[in-house]
Amino acid sequence: MKRILIVDDAATVRMFHRTILEKAGYAVEEAVNGIEALEKCLQTPFDLYLVDVNMPKLDGYGFLQELRGLDIPQAPAVMISTEAEDSDRNRAYAAGANAYLIKPSKPDQLLLQVRLMLGESLS
Amino acid sequence: MTDITISDEDFQKFREFFYRKTGIQFESTKRYFVDKRLVERIVETGNENFRGYFTLLRFQASGEELQQLTNLMTVNETYFFREEYQFKCLVESILPEITTRKTDHSPLRVWIMPSSSGEEAYSVAIYLLEYWAGINDWDIEIISSDIDTRILTHARKGLYSARSVQELPAKFLLRYFKRTEEGYQINEDLRQSVEFTRVNLVERADTRAYRNFDVIFCRNLLIYFDDISRKAAAETFYDALKPGGYICLGHSESMSRISSLYKVRKFPEAIVYQKPMENR
Amino acid sequence: MAFIKKQTSESINEDERTQPRDCENLVIQLDSPDPVARRWAARDLADCPEASSALVSRLNRESDISVRELILSSLTSLGDEVAVAGLIECLRSEDVGLRNESIEVMKHLPDEVSPIMQNLLVDDNVDVRIFAVNILESLRHPDVESWLIEVIEHDQNVNVCATALDLLVEVGSKDAEQPITRLKARFTEEPFIQFAADLALKRITEA
Repeated sequence: MKRILIVDDAATVRMFHRTILEKAGYAVEEAVNGIEALEKCLQTPFDLYLVDVNMPKLDGYGFLQELRGLDIPQAPAVMISTEAEDSDRNRAYAAGANAYLIKPSKPDQLLLQVRLMLGESLS
Repeated sequence: MTDITISDEDFQKFREFFYRKTGIQFESTKRYFVDKRLVERIVETGNENFRGYFTLLRFQASGEELQQLTNLMTVNETYFFREEYQFKCLVESILPEITTRKTDHSPLRVWIMPSSSGEEAYSVAIYLLEYWAGINDWDIEIISSDIDTRILTHARKGLYSARSVQELPAKFLLRYFKRTEEGYQINEDLRQSVEFTRVNLVERADTRAYRNFDVIFCRNLLIYFDDISRKAAAETFYDALKPGGYICLGHSESMSRISSLYKVRKFPEAIVYQKPMENR
Repeated sequence: MAFIKKQTSESINEDERTQPRDCENLVIQLDSPDPVARRWAARDLADCPEASSALVSRLNRESDISVRELILSSLTSLGDEVAVAGLIECLRSEDVGLRNESIEVMKHLPDEVSPIMQNLLVDDNVDVRIFAVNILESLRHPDVESWLIEVIEHDQNVNVCATALDLLVEVGSKDAEQPITRLKARFTEEPFIQFAADLALKRITEA
């Protein structure tokens, strides 16, 4: 089963994404900020990261930059942001994101991105 | 008996709140344990139900009740070789990394906080003597501090109950302790190897002179602090550490709730936190 | 055995700071090229009642995160109007780290933040409104729920409402029941709002 780490400080958002992803057959873990996310992926790396931008202690950009510098098997990351502008999008990619979704996320869009990133069939 | 009950929704709500605050996540299997303690505090604080108590927990200006409850939810007992994997991490990963990059031969410095009655500091000393080859090549200073002067007296005396030494291999007990009528006393050599000092971690004047440490152990203390003191403590440790120095926290504690000053390091034995080598 | 133990007075290094510690001098030290000196100055300025404006001004230029953290801690402990005004300016910064650090600090200043909260929650800038709600996450103040209700009743932006709703899942009482129901009706096309509203209502009715 593919493992996904949800990194978001909002409990309800984590629950929402967890519900969608578990229903689609993924194993899900959660972290409330970038530091906890680093702790978790250092323990066991994930197959995909779903990352919020604004979080206390270590935000999404910071997390991705650190993640990309770690000596662990790397995996794609989907950044989820309230910002729709190109500059924000580019910043996310520069930090190490592989896809970018606008909040509030829609279940079908989320699953589409997740499957794309995991290289799974979309049908 | 009381008829206060914790509903499923209450439990979920509490679980999320407590996780956000402390990083501790209760599995559903812990439900009975959690409920029991919640009900205990609800009664103790004069509330009639979970709702009222949760409001206190969430909005109380002093945050005292959250600390009380955290105390109750986490068992904090100190004994020799408690959370041994971290001592293992010290000798097998941390110290080798430090000695490899060290360019001079100054002593290695370890700060253990809070000292409590000294079990942890002496455990480190024993561990170094038994499991660290570098002990023959390096000088090492162990300083252990506590806010409570009575407990420091106890620590210096080094007298322990059978219960507190029960995790120690028998050969170490023979090697480093003297059996007395009052219990097991640490031998004189080992007692001389640790410096016990009185420090209030949140008092700037107290901690100011604590500098140039290679490793700090601060286990199961910060979890009982409020957010601000916890952050202040992390900042104090930052200045107390050499660049590249390490902090070991307790097993249920995480820097992720405290500060972003440190790098997360994963060693085979444990996760520890490291002060960056250079100022960023 | 290679343990060494010096006398207490020696084993603990003498205070390495060389400058005198008066407030004026600390403010000068705050611009020192040496981050360690800046850090100590930032820390000690917590004891100088007039220091907020100097700290705020440094905060906006400071690139060393370890110094920034100490400036923020000192601003928290000073907690006066100048400090809070400076922190609010940080909410408009492009620097995500600085923004989040300011939010963290303001969570701990309920008395100072509450008088300006109502204005923050109706700021023209959507991001500032979201950050204001973020401050409420841990703010220990009796009006938190009513502020959140105001937001979900009137704010047109779905993400501002979503952030407020997330907190109402935790702190919502019967008072929030009708407003949440109305919010649900306002954003029927948003699955997240539907999900979070249902969860909040469940928590309120089944508690």
